[in-house]
Amino acid sequence: MSELGAWQGWLLGWISYGSFFLVFACSYAVIVLGLNLQWGYTGLFNVGVAGFVAVGAYTSAILTTPEAADRVGGFGWPVAAGWAAAMLTSGAVGLLVGAVALRLRHDYLAITTFGVAVSIQLLATNLQKLTGGTFGVQFIPKPLQGWLGTGLVWNLAYLALVALLLFGVYSALQTLTASPWGRVLRAIREDEAAAESLGKRAYFYRLQSFVIGSMLMGLGGAMSAHFVGYIAPEDFLPILTFQLWAMLIVGGAGNHRGAVLGAFLVWGFWTTAGGLLRGFVPQAEQARAAALQVVLIGMLIALVLVLRPRGLIGEKVSAAVGK
Amino acid sequence: MLQIVADGLIIGAIVSLGAIGLTLTFSVLRFSNFGHGEFLAWGAYFAFTALSFFGATAAGKAMPIAPFSFGLPLLAATAVAAGLTALLVLLLDAALFRRLRQQGAITLVIASFGAALALRNLLLFFYGGVPLYYSQDLQIALVLLPRSVSGGLRITPDQMFVLGLTLFTVVGVHLFLSRSTLGRAMRATSMNPQLARVAGIDPERVLRATWVVGGVLAAVAGVFAGLTVQLRPTLGLDLLLPLFAAVILGGIGSVWGAVLGGLIVGLAESAAVHIVGAEYRAAAAFVVLIAILLVRPTGLFAEKTG
Repeated sequence: MSELGAWQGWLLGWISYGSFFLVFACSYAVIVLGLNLQWGYTGLFNVGVAGFVAVGAYTSAILTTPEAADRVGGFGWPVAAGWAAAMLTSGAVGLLVGAVALRLRHDYLAITTFGVAVSIQLLATNLQKLTGGTFGVQFIPKPLQGWLGTGLVWNLAYLALVALLLFGVYSALQTLTASPWGRVLRAIREDEAAAESLGKRAYFYRLQSFVIGSMLMGLGGAMSAHFVGYIAPEDFLPILTFQLWAMLIVGGAGNHRGAVLGAFLVWGFWTTAGGLLRGFVPQAEQARAAALQVVLIGMLIALVLVLRPRGLIGEKVSAAVGK
Repeated sequence: MLQIVADGLIIGAIVSLGAIGLTLTFSVLRFSNFGHGEFLAWGAYFAFTALSFFGATAAGKAMPIAPFSFGLPLLAATAVAAGLTALLVLLLDAALFRRLRQQGAITLVIASFGAALALRNLLLFFYGGVPLYYSQDLQIALVLLPRSVSGGLRITPDQMFVLGLTLFTVVGVHLFLSRSTLGRAMRATSMNPQLARVAGIDPERVLRATWVVGGVLAAVAGVFAGLTVQLRPTLGLDLLLPLFAAVILGGIGSVWGAVLGGLIVGLAESAAVHIVGAEYRAAAAFVVLIAILLVRPTGLFAEKTG
C-alpha cells in the first residue's frame, strides 16, 4: 500500500512538473512563431522580443487583476479580454517601432528594437503606479479557477488551453504563409527590388508581418503570466530574448514546425541544465553556475550558426531560391 | 547648468571612445556588433586583474600620482588590458565572425548577440556580480566654480584626466586613419571594398587592424568607465545603447561623428538625470536614437559609401 502510494506520488510529481514544463514551452512556442514570422519569413531582426512579451504580459495583468492598494488597476476584466488587449498593445508597439525603423537599413531595426526593450524594462521598473515597480503585479487571475481549483486539475486544463491556442496559431500561420501574402513576404526578403517592380510595396508588407509577429509575442507573454500568476520586470530581461532566439535558430527559421520544435528543445535544454546545476553545484556557487548556464545558451546559438546555419529543420530550399 | 555640461562631457568622453571603435567595425566589417559593449567591460576587468598583479609586486606599491586616485600601475594595467582585449577580439573573430562572414550581415548580428551574452556571463562567472573599484580611496572633487556662479562646477582630477586622455586618443586615431598607410587602407575598404581589393589592399589584414583598433579603444573606454563609475558585469550592456545612438547620430564610419555623437548622448544622459531623474537615464540614449532615425537616419556626418 505504502509502496503504491510512493509510486503514485512520484507519478503525480512528474505530471505536475510536466504540465509546468509544457505550459511554458507552449507559451514560448507562440512567441517563437511570432519571431519566426518576423525573421524567418520576412528577414526582420528583432532584438527586443522580451520588450514585446513584457508589454503583452503587463497589459493583460493590469487589466484583469482585482483592485490593488498601491497601483492603478482593479479593472477586473475577463482573462480572454485581457489576452486580446495584450495582443493589441504589443501590436501597437510593433506598429510604432516598425513605422520608425522599417524604412531604414536592416541593422537599424535591430538597434531600435534593442532600445525599445531597454526602455520598456525601465518603464516596468519605474512606473510604480502602473506596474508595481520591482515588486511587479501579483494575483493575476487564473482562468476558470472557480470551477477547477488551483491544483493539478487546473494545471492540466490550462495546459490543454495553451496547447489548443498554440495549435490555432500554428495553423493560422501555416495558412497565412502559404497564401499569396506569404509568398510576397518571401519574395521581398529574397529580392526587394524585384518584388517592388511587381508592384508589391515592401514597406507595408514588412510592417504587417512585424505587427502580427509582435501581437503573437504579446499573447505568449500573457499566456505565461496567467499561469504563474505573478510578473516582475526581472522576468523580461535580455536573457529572455536570447532564449527565444536560441529556440528559433536551433529549430530552424522559416519553418513553423522548426520554431515549435526549437521552443520545446531549448526550453528542455535550459531547464535540464538548470536542474543539473542546482543538483550538483554547492549552494554558495549557484549564482556563478547560473551565469555559466547563460554562457551555454550563448555558445549554443554560436555553434548552431556555424555548424548548422539552417537549424534542425529549417526552411525548405526551392531550386529558385538561393540565399 | 555648467555641472550638467561637465557631467555630460565625462559620460560623453567614454561613449565617444567606445563609439569610434564601433563605428569603424560597423563600416569596415559591415555589421552592427552587439558584442562591442562587452569589449569595454572585458577591457575594464582585464585592467582590474592586471592592477591586482602589479599591486602584489613591490613596484606596484608606488604612490598615486597626485592629484589622481591612481598611479603608474593603472596606466600600465590599461596598456595590458588594451593588448588583451585586442587579443580577445581577434580570437572571437577567428572562432566565430570569420566563419559566418559569407552568410551576410544579419547572421553576424545574431552571432554577435550570442557572443555578447556569453562574454557578459563569463565576466559574471569569473568576477561575480559585486561592483569593483580600481581604488578604494575617495577622491575629493575640485571646486572650479563656487555654487553662486551658474550653480557651480565641481570635477574630480580623475574626470579631468579622462577628458584629457580622450582628446589625446581621438587626435591619435584621426592621425592614424588619415596619415598612416594602414589607416588609409581601412578607410578605403570601408568606402569601397571591391575597389580597395583591386588596389592591392589585403582585406583580411584590414579587418584584423580594424578589430585591433576597436578592441584597444574599447579597453581604454572601459577603464575610464571603471575609473569614473565602477566595474560591474553589466557595464557593457548598459553602454551598448548609448554607443549605437552615438554611432548612428554621427553617421556610420565617421570618427568625428562618433565623437560628437558620443558627446551629445552624454549631454542628453546628464540632462535627463538632472531633469527627469537618474532612473530614466538609459532612456535618454533611446530618445536621441529615435529622434535621429526620424529626422536624419544617415546621421550628421555620413561617409559617402560606394
